[in-house]
Amino acid sequence: MLELQNISKTFEGRVVLDEVNLSVAKGATHALIGSSGSGKTTLLRITLGLIPFDKGYVKINDQALLSFTQVEWADRIGYVPQDGGLFPHISARNNVALIAKLRGWPKSRIDGRVEELRKVVDLDAEILTHFPREMSGGQKQRVAIMRAAMMDPAVMLLDEPMAALDPLIRRTLQQELKSIFQRLGKTVLLVTHDLGEAVYLAEQLTMLHEGKMVQTGSYRDLLLHPASPFVTQFINAQRTLSDAGEVP
Amino acid sequence: MKKAGAVFGISLGIFACCRAFAADPIVIGGKIFTESYVLGEIAAQSIEASSQVPVARKLGMGSTGILFEALKSGAIDVYPDYSGTLAEAILKRPELKSLDEIREALSGLGLTISGSLGFNDTYALAVKEEFAKQHELHSIGDLIPIESGIRAGFSYEFMDRKDGYPGLVESYHLSFNPQKISRMEHSLSYQAIDQNAIDLIDVYSTDAKIKKLHLQLLKDDHNYFPVYQAVWVARKSFVEKHPREWQTLLGFEGRISEEAMLDMNAQADIQKIAFDKIAARFLGSEAPASKGWLREVARRTREHLWLVGVSLLFSVLVGIPLGVTAVRFHAAGQAILLSSAVVQTVPSLALLCFLIPVFGVGNKPALAALCLYSLLPVVLNTFTGIRAVNPVHLENARAFGLNRRQVLFRVVLPLASPTLLAGIKTATIVSIGTATLAALVGAGGYGAPIVSGLALNDIRTILTGAIPAALMALVAHGIFELLGLVLIPAGLRRRP
Repeated sequence: MLELQNISKTFEGRVVLDEVNLSVAKGATHALIGSSGSGKTTLLRITLGLIPFDKGYVKINDQALLSFTQVEWADRIGYVPQDGGLFPHISARNNVALIAKLRGWPKSRIDGRVEELRKVVDLDAEILTHFPREMSGGQKQRVAIMRAAMMDPAVMLLDEPMAALDPLIRRTLQQELKSIFQRLGKTVLLVTHDLGEAVYLAEQLTMLHEGKMVQTGSYRDLLLHPASPFVTQFINAQRTLSDAGEVP
Repeated sequence: MKKAGAVFGISLGIFACCRAFAADPIVIGGKIFTESYVLGEIAAQSIEASSQVPVARKLGMGSTGILFEALKSGAIDVYPDYSGTLAEAILKRPELKSLDEIREALSGLGLTISGSLGFNDTYALAVKEEFAKQHELHSIGDLIPIESGIRAGFSYEFMDRKDGYPGLVESYHLSFNPQKISRMEHSLSYQAIDQNAIDLIDVYSTDAKIKKLHLQLLKDDHNYFPVYQAVWVARKSFVEKHPREWQTLLGFEGRISEEAMLDMNAQADIQKIAFDKIAARFLGSEAPASKGWLREVARRTREHLWLVGVSLLFSVLVGIPLGVTAVRFHAAGQAILLSSAVVQTVPSLALLCFLIPVFGVGNKPALAALCLYSLLPVVLNTFTGIRAVNPVHLENARAFGLNRRQVLFRVVLPLASPTLLAGIKTATIVSIGTATLAALVGAGGYGAPIVSGLALNDIRTILTGAIPAALMALVAHGIFELLGLVLIPAGLRRRP
């Protein structure tokens, strides 16, 4: 499981995160949601071990982030950046296998793992020979998930996984993503500004506003028992925006 | 990048093996004009005929300053020069008139001179015969009535020497229109006057082109121009170490008349006879067997490749790390970029001159200059290439667990490689061009025929250097296209 306890971060005298708590049970999918400037990107970078924080701790399966090096931590948390974040100069396959190669895995083990993950994300074998510039948004997203899962991390962290996709693909991929998460059986933290996506994919939501945790709970909790007027405001704003009916 | 390093390394190794030198030869220098080439050849061949000591020729080196530095530093042993030049340009004591006075003054610098070789080659002013007739010009003083309209092309040395232009206008109370005076390379001024682009030039009085181009010398009524007795200039240590060879050279004292010199110059400039043949004819010996142009081009190619190869290896090995450092540390980065840009603005001939006191002449100063010049494109392109890499990729790489080294070699350098390779390519092609100037400090290469062709105003000779240099640049272009296929990751290449 993934635990963030009392995380605080001040940047140039400004409080960016103030005593944030977040806990994702093993195998669960959790969404961190908030508008831009809410501090969710900072929290994501802290969770990845990329920037230091002032207070609190981050733990995966009861092991604290601070007791590991960046490289060791990276094997415990699989990261899917916005738009997939594939390296443009190497093929999809090499993107997936890069870290395993650097860790000295034998080729047979790499091949086996890639094939296994390819089936999980349901990707054509031929696509793996392509370069990122030759792939569709959905294909890139799937390859990025394969890459994140390659080292079999305990936790997967996805940053705005659907943001760059057009609405039709979004719909299909959302459904697939849900089943991929189920098949992988990982603890997943999803960072997004999109309520619809968060509600569809995650059982639990944590809403962040101006560096403070506003509320954690199911969508139903947020809707029926909002912790503050902001929660209602946020939900209503998003519902008006997505009249296409993405919010159930 | 590793692959490229290996390729350069191996090719340099091959060149290094081709360059075995005989021990301690006597080095004869010469300036970049016909007479100096001919006299240099005469010195070289006469020593070769009478001595076992091997002789090396460094003829066609740049200006007086370069030759003088080369002589002092021991890079050359002896070269022909003129009494007036020694007094004016080297000793800066124009009042020294006799050879004995000059010899005395040079002695303090560890140098000595022979007696006069028998002719006086002084500065003179020349116009075309028709122009002289049209304006009734006989002496320099006759220029006064037409002084404001006259278009002159004077050599750099003539313009700057006290016994050249500045003293001349003072002595004759001339006031030319400064807008109509061009400073130009001496050998080009002949072409310019021949095509009526200018009316008046400075010449050396034994120059064969005076006859060829039907020029008329203007009489120096005031005896303004100093006497320029031709002499051998040598280092004293050479004279002591090789007394017999020095005696051989002293044997030419008084033996080369003005007429003989003018005739030899004419053989070179007008009949296009090779310098070594002219010298052999004068010495009454067989001309050394012609080496054949193919072997000559092959030799020049080796020399040129060596210059370009070494400077390229340096620019890659030093420039890329400097570029990487410049990205990482901001202040150091600006300093690195600024200083390599400043080096680029120093004219190549001036840079060579600065480097001679440090490195002597020959390969070393030429290599040093080329290394400095090829640095900027590599440093700058490494810097820009890396800066252009999307920072998101760097953060992602760290999030995936790549360490600093892996981020640099697996992500940053591959993503920057197209720009980086373009920088190395620019450095190479600029280097191939700039290396032609290496001949001016005696480093050979394609510049040697260009420089001697320029002295002879002989387009064919110039082309034997210029065409291979252009071809080498084309080949380099092709090689870099191929290298691009190997070194630039496939995902970044243009789609076929």
